[in-house]
Amino acid sequence: MTRFLLGRTALFALGLVVASVLIFATLRLLPGDVAQAIAGTTGSPAQVAALREQLGLDRPVAAQYLDWAGGLLRLDLGESLVTGTPVAGEIAEKLGVTLPLAGLSLVFGLLIGVPAGVWAAARQRRPSGLVVGVGAQVLAAVPAVWLGMLLIALFAVTLGWLPTQGWPLDGWQEPGRALRSLVLPALTIGVIEGAVLLRFTRSATLSALDQDYVRAAAAKGTTLDRALLSHGLPNVALSVVSVLGLQVVGLVVGAVVVEQLFTLPGLGRMLVTDVGRRDLTKVQGELMALTAIVLFVGLLVDVLHRRLDPRLREVER
Amino acid sequence: MRRGSFVRALLRRPQGAAAVAWLALVALAAAVSRVWTPADPFRTDPYSAWLPPSGSHLFGTDAVGRDIASYVMAASGTTVLVAVCSGALALVVGLGLAALGSLTARAVRESVAVLIDVLVAFPTILVAMALAAAFGGSLGVVVVASGLGYGVTIARVSRSEIRRVAREDYVTAARASGAGTAQVLLRHVLPNIAPVFVVQLSLAMATSILAEAGLSFLGYGASAETASWGRLLADLQKFLGVHPWTIVWPGLAITLTVLALNLLGDAVRDAADPRLRPSGRVSATGPAAAAGPVAAVDSAPGVTS
Repeated sequence: MTRFLLGRTALFALGLVVASVLIFATLRLLPGDVAQAIAGTTGSPAQVAALREQLGLDRPVAAQYLDWAGGLLRLDLGESLVTGTPVAGEIAEKLGVTLPLAGLSLVFGLLIGVPAGVWAAARQRRPSGLVVGVGAQVLAAVPAVWLGMLLIALFAVTLGWLPTQGWPLDGWQEPGRALRSLVLPALTIGVIEGAVLLRFTRSATLSALDQDYVRAAAAKGTTLDRALLSHGLPNVALSVVSVLGLQVVGLVVGAVVVEQLFTLPGLGRMLVTDVGRRDLTKVQGELMALTAIVLFVGLLVDVLHRRLDPRLREVER
Repeated sequence: MRRGSFVRALLRRPQGAAAVAWLALVALAAAVSRVWTPADPFRTDPYSAWLPPSGSHLFGTDAVGRDIASYVMAASGTTVLVAVCSGALALVVGLGLAALGSLTARAVRESVAVLIDVLVAFPTILVAMALAAAFGGSLGVVVVASGLGYGVTIARVSRSEIRRVAREDYVTAARASGAGTAQVLLRHVLPNIAPVFVVQLSLAMATSILAEAGLSFLGYGASAETASWGRLLADLQKFLGVHPWTIVWPGLAITLTVLALNLLGDAVRDAADPRLRPSGRVSATGPAAAAGPVAAVDSAPGVTS
């Protein structure tokens, strides 16, 4: 386990380094002068020169990168080019919306995907199981934006149960209202993620149904459904855990689009706004934060999977 | 395998045939829209805003009186362009990385493998946002981001596939009988991994269409002069409270096209595998006959996001 942990942590660290290099390099690919681009066509030469100095653009690229990367290690992401506020503080504040959104989406996704997947597999030859399987196939193809709009049209506009958009002014000071604002966005991401999870769960359950130990348990007198529940599901759970890492990538992707659709003040929406404003320091920090979250969750999922799966434990020397 | 039997096996599956039919329709609409659409997709007319669907406006009109049907048809051209370009780029990137990661010297091979493992974790949309911050949003950014993003996935899948095939007995036999590397690669390895690439190609296209829709919705994809399903969704969103039915058309177009590509990928995978070909035995089992192919088809999930 120690060896695995060390190796996996090294991969995580390598991922962070590669990400920081790629993000930094991509934003420096900007054609022409970054300072000129930020100042716009109306910027005077003096303003451009001041910007260049503020950005450290007059120094070698490697030194600029090391400065930024050194700041990353101290969680200092620099200041916004537009407002001058520290980037790290703003990101931490926005995570107060994005993390609960991602968490709630994951809960919805698991609640929808796993039971329905097991059910569809157990009923695979009956029409009901087939309908669920086909439904998941269709839902996995639905763009998040559209699903969000359909949910708004149904639950907010027609039924009036939930708010269409927005976030309470006092944020989490009003937990009830804040939670209500999160339900539809989280459901949007959760349904799509759930459809993908459903298909994974279904195929894992189908192969579990084929296993000798499930059949043997069924042959010893219990029903196939019961044998599946007591002997097959632990194995299904394992394969679900192993794909959760992929799902989290989906949560981040979903957050960027869905926060914009529901005007939630989260990290994704801030990124969209800052890309539009060309606030490069902030974009750099936001991309790094989101990538770090994805990589970290990938690490967590792998470690969890390793701990849960006894077969992987036995391989240890 | 003979090519004819593969195509027949593909079209004999209802999902495969439906997917091919829909994709052909989209391609046809895209081609025809270059020269003809029912109305000018960009012509605005304030007096005919929000007309319901009718004979002259099949899908109705939007807030500025544009004919939605014409716009959706014109936008299919954008979709086809993005999907084909992203798919081609993903294939080139994927094949290149996979070849580097499986056929080169050990040190290079292993480091490329680690690099692939690292890169595969980066979400496409973040790559796109980084590129958009540097270059401004455009369809080119969408194509590059989804091509690179899915290319890494293809590299990961096909690297292990190339390594598996390279160890097969028939490759060893070909080597032993004096075939050179290029001949082994072209005659023995490529034909055996081609179905994997076709499956991955269709999934790459599906992913790029979803990415285009999302990014165009955010305003970092298609420009205002380019018709795009995602952009139309963004335009219609503002009036969602008053005219919710209008969003049905672009959304349905995206969903059906992505679904068709996912189904096509599944059907290609099954058709390429002779063991999964529907035989007389399956179709003789009555009600279960319908369940057979479908169960085989979605036993492995397709595109994720």
